[in-house]
Amino acid sequence: MAAASSRRLKIVLPFAVFGAALAGWEGAVRLQGIPPYILPAPSLVATTLVADGALLWASLLTTLRTTLLALALAVGGGVFLAVLLSLSRIVEYSLYPFAVALQVTPVIAIAPLLLIYMPQDAAVLACAWLVAFFPILSNTMLGLQSVDRNLMDLFRLYGAPASDSPLTRMRARLKALWYLRRPAALPAFLAGLRIAGGLSLIGAVVAEMAAGSAGAGSGLAYRIIESQYRLNIPRLFAALVLLALTGIGLYLLLAAVSHILLRRWHESALAGRP
Amino acid sequence: MTAPASPLVTLQGITKVFANGVTALEGFDLGIRTGEFVSLLGPSGCGKSTVLRLIAGLDAPTSGAVTWPGSADADHRSEIGFVFQEPTLMPWADVADNVWLPLRLRGVSKRDAQERITESLALVGLSDFARAYPRELSGGMKMRVSIARALSLKPRLLLMDEPFAALDEITRFRLNDDLLRLQRELACTIVFVTHSVYESAYLSSRIAVMSPRPGRVVATVAGEAPGPRMPDFRTGSRYAALCGEISRILLEHSVEENA
Repeated sequence: MAAASSRRLKIVLPFAVFGAALAGWEGAVRLQGIPPYILPAPSLVATTLVADGALLWASLLTTLRTTLLALALAVGGGVFLAVLLSLSRIVEYSLYPFAVALQVTPVIAIAPLLLIYMPQDAAVLACAWLVAFFPILSNTMLGLQSVDRNLMDLFRLYGAPASDSPLTRMRARLKALWYLRRPAALPAFLAGLRIAGGLSLIGAVVAEMAAGSAGAGSGLAYRIIESQYRLNIPRLFAALVLLALTGIGLYLLLAAVSHILLRRWHESALAGRP
Repeated sequence: MTAPASPLVTLQGITKVFANGVTALEGFDLGIRTGEFVSLLGPSGCGKSTVLRLIAGLDAPTSGAVTWPGSADADHRSEIGFVFQEPTLMPWADVADNVWLPLRLRGVSKRDAQERITESLALVGLSDFARAYPRELSGGMKMRVSIARALSLKPRLLLMDEPFAALDEITRFRLNDDLLRLQRELACTIVFVTHSVYESAYLSSRIAVMSPRPGRVVATVAGEAPGPRMPDFRTGSRYAALCGEISRILLEHSVEENA
C-alpha cells in the first residue's frame, strides 16, 4: 500500500508543481497586464499552438525527421566503427585518437562551415549526426572492452581454435564479439543512445539556427528565429513548447527501449524496484 | 584408491616468467594421477593460479613442459573444466544458457545440449533454476552454476581456482561436501587451488604445499582418499593431525623465506 501511494505521489507531484507554476504565470501576466510581445500568458501560447498548428506541425516534422535520421545514422556509424576498432588493433591505433580529438572539439562550431560546403538540408543533418555520433562510438567501445577477463579466458579454453592462422583467429574474434562482447556492450551502448538522442535534437536545432540566420529553412528552430524577428513572441513560445515535448518524448522512448532490453538482467533497469 | 593410478598430466621443471619480469614459478614439478583430488596450497602470489592456467593451456611455460602421458592428442581443452574464484557468469543469460556456453562454443545447438544442461544442473542441485538469471541467485548458487557449466563438457580434469574463497563458511562447507560427492559420481580428477589449510585438509587426497614466489612444491602431504567424508570427519583426530602437519610445513617455509 505504502509503495503504491508513493508511486502515485511520484506521478502526481510533478504535475501539481507544473500546474501551479502555469497558474502563477497566467495570474502574473493578467494581474500586471504584461503585453504579449514581452511575455505571453500560457493560455495565449496554447491558443497560438492551435491557431498556428498547421505551420508549426510542418516545422516539427522537419526537425523531427532531421533528428531521427541523424540519430539512426549515428547509431549505424558509431556501432560499425566501434566494432571495427575493437576487432583490429591497427585500425584502433590509427583512428581512435582522431575520434577522441573530434569528440572534445565542440563540433557544433563547424556548423557554419558545413553550410558553406553542403546543401542546407545535408548540412543540418551532418551537424546533428556529428554531435550524436561520438557518444555512441565511445560508449559502444567502452562496452565492447568491458567483458570480464575470466569470461574471455573461458572462451579461449572452450572455443578458440587450436590453429593460429589469421583467418581462424579472426573467426574466433568474431565469435567472441557475437557471444560475449555484443551483450556485454549493450548497457553502455544504450546509455550512449540516450545521450545521443538528446544531442541529435540539440544538434539539429543549432544547425537550423545557423542555417536560418542565413535566410532559409523551415524547422522549429527556424520558426523561433523568425518569430523573434517579427516579435511574434506567442509563436516563439509555442515552438519552444513543441521542442521541449519532442525532447521529452525522445528521452522517454529511448529510456523505454533501454528498459525493455535490460529489464531481465541489468542493475540499471532494476533501480526503481525495492 | 587401490590400483596404482595412471598419470593424467605431468608438469616438469616448469619456470614461468611474466612479461613484466616477475618470476611466478621456478623448478615446479607436479604429477597428477587419474582420480586424485590434489590441492595446491600456498601463500597469496605464489603462482597457484598460474599452475592451473598452464595446465589448461591458457598460458605457456617459459621453460619446462606440461605433458599428458596417457593421451596422444595435442589439444586437451575438451577434457578440462575450469572454475574461477568468481562465478564469472554472463549476467545477460539465464542459468541454462550459462551452462550451455562451453557446448555452444563447440557448436552444439541448445536442443542437442538440453540433456547435458539438465544433467549438469541436477548434479549441483539447481534443476529448478534453469530459467533464473544470475542476479537472482545467491553467491553459493552462482558458484554452483559455475561448477555446472564446467561439468557440462564431462571433463576428465576439473581445475578450480579458489572457487569457494568468497563464500561464507556454512555455504563453503556444503559446497565442499557436494564437490566430494560430485567427484565420486563423475569419476573425474580435480586440481584445487586454495589458501585455506582447513579446506585443503578436508577435501584432498594429496596436498601440494607451495613456497612463496617464485613458487615450487616444497612438500606433498597425503590426505584422505577421494570421495565423501564421514559426518564426524571435521571433528576427528585425523583431520586435526592433517591440519597440524600442513600448517607446520607452511610455517617452516615462510620462516625460511624470511630468514
